[in-house]
Amino acid sequence: MEFGLEQDRECIIELEDVRKSFDSQTVLDGVNLKIPAGTTTVIVGASGQGKSVILKHMLGLLKPDSGQVKVFGHDLISCSKAEMREIRSSFGVLFQNVALFDSMSVYDNVALPLRERTHIKEKEIRVAVEEKLALMGLEGQEKKFPAQLSGGMKKRVGLARALMLDPKVVFFDEPTTGLDVNKSNEIYRLFYKTQKQLNYTAVIVSHDVPKIFKLSDYVALMAEARLHGPLSPEAFQLSNDPLIRSFVLETMGPIYSSETEESLLYETF
Amino acid sequence: MKSVTKYIARLGAETMYFCAWYGRLGLFLLTSVIAVLKPPYKLQPVIKQIRFIGANSLYVIIFTGLFTGMVLALQGYYTLNKFGSVGFLGAAVSLSLIRELGPVLAALMVIGRAGSAICAEVGIMRNSEQIDALECMAIDPFRYLIAPKLLASLIAMPLLVCIFDVVGILGGYLVGVHLFDVSAGSYFQGMYKNVVWQDLEMGFVKSFVFGLLMVWISSARGFYLHLERDGGFGAQGVSRTTTKAVVMASVSVLVWDYLVSAIML
Repeated sequence: MEFGLEQDRECIIELEDVRKSFDSQTVLDGVNLKIPAGTTTVIVGASGQGKSVILKHMLGLLKPDSGQVKVFGHDLISCSKAEMREIRSSFGVLFQNVALFDSMSVYDNVALPLRERTHIKEKEIRVAVEEKLALMGLEGQEKKFPAQLSGGMKKRVGLARALMLDPKVVFFDEPTTGLDVNKSNEIYRLFYKTQKQLNYTAVIVSHDVPKIFKLSDYVALMAEARLHGPLSPEAFQLSNDPLIRSFVLETMGPIYSSETEESLLYETF
Repeated sequence: MKSVTKYIARLGAETMYFCAWYGRLGLFLLTSVIAVLKPPYKLQPVIKQIRFIGANSLYVIIFTGLFTGMVLALQGYYTLNKFGSVGFLGAAVSLSLIRELGPVLAALMVIGRAGSAICAEVGIMRNSEQIDALECMAIDPFRYLIAPKLLASLIAMPLLVCIFDVVGILGGYLVGVHLFDVSAGSYFQGMYKNVVWQDLEMGFVKSFVFGLLMVWISSARGFYLHLERDGGFGAQGVSRTTTKAVVMASVSVLVWDYLVSAIML
């Protein structure tokens, strides 16, 4: 168990010595990670370091060249398609580009998991969809198509779709990329609110540092094809690991430790 | 010596690529057929696809069928007239259409219209992670995306071929009877006497096979767009793959046309 992880919590995702190369480029070189249930783990790092590749391994969209990816105790490499579907039925995913079905309306996008995975009637689906859209502040947008929405609205529709079946684990791939400060805050606010409500485990890939630290229980850095951490946000900022230290300095400037310093940091931008 | 080794290595790489590609195509078809057969059955997506592949192709099928029948009668009259047997015009037009041209031309038209659209649609879904999103939502993309298209094509293609044949025979009638004064009686009598059940059977089998080929190749190329050797990325990747799908499906139709004819003759 890595430093800072709670010993008594059940780990629902475990990556053991995961290696992955694309042609001659090694993207993951022995990645180890344990994600305890009910927590928020953030994977940070510069662009192109393989953060999304780790996420895709957890989702079973990519298979490692070697190593193990265990979700709910099942090894994703050796499990059958039916088992994989069973595991994924507990997932919610907010993709970097949202991946909304562009030929479907907002309503149909959000209703899709219910229509395909449950046997409930259209009347009940309508109630559930409207409730989720209201939670996301998207009332009256049901008939619009993804192309007619702003970036922030698309993310909110994506989040509504991801949370439609009350998942146990939600994966966020760069949830605030391309959004301005207000829209990013809105997404974080919704994340905070829905996690409190649904109590899901969250795995977030982000480079929105230091803002993302506020929402996280654990932070890990992806650099040089390896994962450094996970550590609590405070421990991460004070870490002596040269790569973490260099990342913290590059992205946050001098290390801050108090709310006042943090607010000063925001003001400088 | 070095260039020989390089050549052998390249040959090996090519062979492996093609084996992998055709293996993937085979598995794609198998998985799609299983997805069609597996309950629960949903009618609405199939009807939607029948409308897209079938009903929306009606105009192009009627137009092509009409002019194919007309040109067959035109050329047929010219040839038969040399032998003094214009009475066989009806039989010549209908047999050519039912056994050969109806299924082939209808399939080529549908490949151009619906096959290209299917490949582009599935390819764009692959490129924009929509298929990944389906998988992550525990929704089987084969059941949700491919199976309705496959089933719809198997239903729509034989119907489209029937319409093509009927309209083509009428086109032949227009030219033969109204332009060249072939008697209407001999046109239809020739057809009635010479067209047998086996001819219809061959046309039906071909339309079924071509319907399968159209959806199989178009959707598989779109589905595996990310595995294209020259990169299936972006708009150009989709357009390149769509072109390849249309060419491959069209050529396959002609190859299988010969094979089915050879088996059933």
